[in-house]
Amino acid sequence: MYKILSKRTLAPKIREYVVEAPEVARVAKAGQFIVLRLHERGERIPLTIVGCDPATGGVTLVVQEVGKSTQEMGDRFHEGDSILDFAGPLGEPSEIENLGTVLCVGGGVGIAPIYPIARALKEAGNTVIGIIGYRSRDLMFYHAEFDAVCDELHVMTNDGSFGGKGFVSDPLREILASGREVARVWTIGPAIMMKVCSEITREFGVPTIVSLNSVMIDGTGMCGGCRVDVDGVAKFACVDGPEFDGHQVDFDLLMSRQGYFAHEEACSLDRYLAEAGEGAST
Amino acid sequence: MIVEKQIPMREQAPDVRGRNFDEVPLGYSEDEAVLEAERCLQCKTAPCVDGCPVGIDIPGFIEHVKNRRHAQAIAVLKQDNALPAICGRVCPQENQCQGVCTLGVRFEPVAIGRLERFCADWEAEHEACCPEIAPDTGKRVAIIGAGPAGLTAAGELRKLGHAVTVLELLHEAGGVLMYGIPEFRLPKAIVRREIDALRAMGVEIEVNKVVGQIYTVDELLENGYDAVFIGTGAGLPRFLGIPGESLNGVYSANEFLTRTNLMGAYRFPEYDTPIRVGERVVTVGGGNVAMDSSRTALRLGAKESIIVYRRSEEELPARAEEVHHAKEEGIRFQLLTNPIEFVGEDGRLTGVRCIRMELGEPDESGRRRPVPIEGSEFVIEIDNAIIAIGNGPHPLIPQTTDDLELNRWGNIVADPETGQTSKPGVFAGGDIVTGAATVIEAMGAGKRASVAIDAFLKGDAA
Repeated sequence: MYKILSKRTLAPKIREYVVEAPEVARVAKAGQFIVLRLHERGERIPLTIVGCDPATGGVTLVVQEVGKSTQEMGDRFHEGDSILDFAGPLGEPSEIENLGTVLCVGGGVGIAPIYPIARALKEAGNTVIGIIGYRSRDLMFYHAEFDAVCDELHVMTNDGSFGGKGFVSDPLREILASGREVARVWTIGPAIMMKVCSEITREFGVPTIVSLNSVMIDGTGMCGGCRVDVDGVAKFACVDGPEFDGHQVDFDLLMSRQGYFAHEEACSLDRYLAEAGEGAST
Repeated sequence: MIVEKQIPMREQAPDVRGRNFDEVPLGYSEDEAVLEAERCLQCKTAPCVDGCPVGIDIPGFIEHVKNRRHAQAIAVLKQDNALPAICGRVCPQENQCQGVCTLGVRFEPVAIGRLERFCADWEAEHEACCPEIAPDTGKRVAIIGAGPAGLTAAGELRKLGHAVTVLELLHEAGGVLMYGIPEFRLPKAIVRREIDALRAMGVEIEVNKVVGQIYTVDELLENGYDAVFIGTGAGLPRFLGIPGESLNGVYSANEFLTRTNLMGAYRFPEYDTPIRVGERVVTVGGGNVAMDSSRTALRLGAKESIIVYRRSEEELPARAEEVHHAKEEGIRFQLLTNPIEFVGEDGRLTGVRCIRMELGEPDESGRRRPVPIEGSEFVIEIDNAIIAIGNGPHPLIPQTTDDLELNRWGNIVADPETGQTSKPGVFAGGDIVTGAATVIEAMGAGKRASVAIDAFLKGDAA
């Protein structure tokens, strides 16, 4: 059992958990993920690690409530409660080195997993330009945290309620078009956002890393459910990734595969909500 | 007078069981077991013992069953086999003990597997026989992977008085016994019972341990373990490498079976992990995993479940009983057929293009090589495909362990008799060494390694 050391709501349906898993906290690096299972009937949920504190043994995760399991986690798992299973770290860490000027582009809940990468890049001596985007101001989180590790930060909201109006791809294109020397771009967010960002950076010939959240079961190389075509070759996001060269990923296939269980996922969530009824808190 | 045929085992009727996940064979009653035990000739040569990868005293345990001394029978079994309820159900007996049975020369061999299962099930309903544990030696062994090889090594080493900790990557111990073999062939309650018996002997089992990441094999040796056994299996699914294999609707057998077995997707939405099975499903492959997958697809609602295999029936590597059961349940065998492309619409699988094969000259495996027949291509319309053509070594330990010699397929190089690897104090066995094989062969490797580890630990003490 793995105790929830703290839980806080970052934005509607987005919560941050710190889970006690000292063996993971001791060794995990930016870019890696864990798999957790809430209870005996639960599914294995892969989540990218947002932070680790070897001193307290805490592993920080940010969870967006999009389906039955994440909704249930938000409703029923509180500070002091325990999660049944928690395994990690899994996947290859980000390659962090001093490259000069780098760009970190995060969208929506993808801002959480890219934050530790931006921080590690900053600690490695890079000049870090951050671009983060939200649908609107009320969904903002980690703004201050991100600001603290970036030399320059651009905030976008789709509706213009905070920062620039538009998408993260807008300042990305402007910065690259301005002729500034950018050694590498990291981008994490919805698949469509990573696809658009990768297409822009391809125009400017800037190497780009994306982190893929394909559907997976074990997270250790056994199911192959997370396979994704990278430069025409099937790769497993869990053990070959989760980070890949954004210019070589077949995003359309990724998006198609992410949706295969959409009907079942919706049924499961509806059933949970009907059963939880009034009992479910927000 | 010799009874020529085996006492049959009662089974669920094919039309009923094809729609449920309950176990197919129902087991022998005591009287049936005694009648079958009476068929054993108790021959002096006992070729069956040599035919058993763990060398069970087969005539010995059968003699006890014949005389209704079941507690003694199970004690004889457990001297050499820590997991008899499992082996009685999943061993390919026709190629092992029963394949060389003296009675089998003229008649049907003694149903040794069924008798083994009877004894183990008898024990579960009566008092458990906890094997004798030697006094503590003060030595500690870490076992990586809680599958058949690791669990066997754990039980043997514990009996010898060593402290044993099994470190498992998944959330439940059992390895392929839990994630791979379906409930209808090996009920999970039985696997849990056997694992609980190991715990009762004092074996520590820790799940969710990503060895290789949280600590390396070297760190285990530096931090209090005197020896390490690696039994991490063949977990990496192989794909055909043909176009369209990433379409939605194409599963690896590992994914399909793990969702169903380990995650309980056959009980979705009571269990949270979903699975999707359409009306017509093709499983590619001819081994036990292919049989398990095609029969699982049927139970999950497929109207038609088809095995596509590139060789002929004679070469099917699956256990004879599994092929027999599959046929009874209505699985269609499309033999001498090889898939060459998956076709789809909007990212969804709609069919598989195949080519007919004929058998040519024998290949390096001694089996006649299948050769495509030009111009014989055809498409089978399907909703799902399951790729069951084998697994490669699980990569985590080979990739994270320094100075561990691997062969060109990525398997760990280990002495077949002792399991000794290129690293002192590090032993390995089972599918991670041999490539995908059987449960009992992995158990045999775990058992042989335990003897060598014990000798190593004693030498260490001197």
